[in-house]
Amino acid sequence: MQKLSVQKKALKAAFPHTIPILAGFWFLGLTYGIYMNVSGFSFWYPMLMSLTIFAGSMEFVAVNLLLGSFDPFQAFVMTLMINARHLFYGISMLDKYRGLGWKKFYLIFGMCDESFSINYTAEIPKDVDRGWFMFFVTLLNHFYWFFGATLGGIFGSLIHFNTEGLDFVMTAMFTVIFLDQWLKEKNHTSALAGMGISILCLIAFGSDDFIIPSMIGILGVLTLLRKPLEDRALIPEGGNSK
Amino acid sequence: MTVTQQLLTIAAIVLGTMVTRFLPFIIFPVGKPTPKYIQYLGKVLPSAVFSLLVIYCLRSVDPLSGSHGLPELISIVAVIALHLWKRQMLLSIAGGTVCYMFLVQMVF
Repeated sequence: MQKLSVQKKALKAAFPHTIPILAGFWFLGLTYGIYMNVSGFSFWYPMLMSLTIFAGSMEFVAVNLLLGSFDPFQAFVMTLMINARHLFYGISMLDKYRGLGWKKFYLIFGMCDESFSINYTAEIPKDVDRGWFMFFVTLLNHFYWFFGATLGGIFGSLIHFNTEGLDFVMTAMFTVIFLDQWLKEKNHTSALAGMGISILCLIAFGSDDFIIPSMIGILGVLTLLRKPLEDRALIPEGGNSK
Repeated sequence: MTVTQQLLTIAAIVLGTMVTRFLPFIIFPVGKPTPKYIQYLGKVLPSAVFSLLVIYCLRSVDPLSGSHGLPELISIVAVIALHLWKRQMLLSIAGGTVCYMFLVQMVF
């Protein structure tokens, strides 16, 4: 009974944080399901893939890989490249996911862009269990994606209404998360470096290939700036560690 | 591709994704102290990553043609203004998205 109320409380606290994802994933998942549908795959495919892969952009790429010739090694390497940014998430979450038992496994499994961003920045109320809060954020996001992808796969060809521009919900969410982090931190070096390097790499390498160069650039600059940033003790504090 | 080949391809993608997510936790397990450099990265990386994610969302915007990225620019300003004003995450996101949908459907 005691345990149940802990979970209920965490779910109640977590849900509002996931509402933008509900809108975004429902739409993106639906789009993905429809894309699979029109590419000739039965709804079982988006259903299975949204459950097991749970990395939005990769799943769109996966459709092309499945339509091409059989080459699992290439699929593996491409996945590493596209999802390499998750390495950064893992490094940032080493402490926050510590000591959460079996939940940790699922939290890492489901650490997509959105789950990471919310779990990293959310101010979790003191009386709410951190582990369950982050667990429900991840689980809800996973469910929205699965639900959208499956629905899109089943009813894809029947849906007609003007949703143009709804995908901006993701841009808006990351903007808010960026802004919250900006307002919280004392020193903006990292945020500005990330912005500058990403824009430069986007211009230099184009929209399909700029993530890896950006990551290398960010890693390089932050490594070079380690001494001054640490000396001045201006390192931004993480969100919910209080 | 046969169904088996498709399943193997999906398995390769699942494996690749899991490697990128689990690797840091495997290299730096709970028992051993995490190197200072990695701890430092864990603190400074998120701010840079959030910048990268915003740019990633906007990667298809072409300022030189079409609507010149104006709907995106206006809507992001709306998101920021709403958020600085009310500090209500959902309101900022919903307001910006409605603004964007209106702009791309009705104006541009």
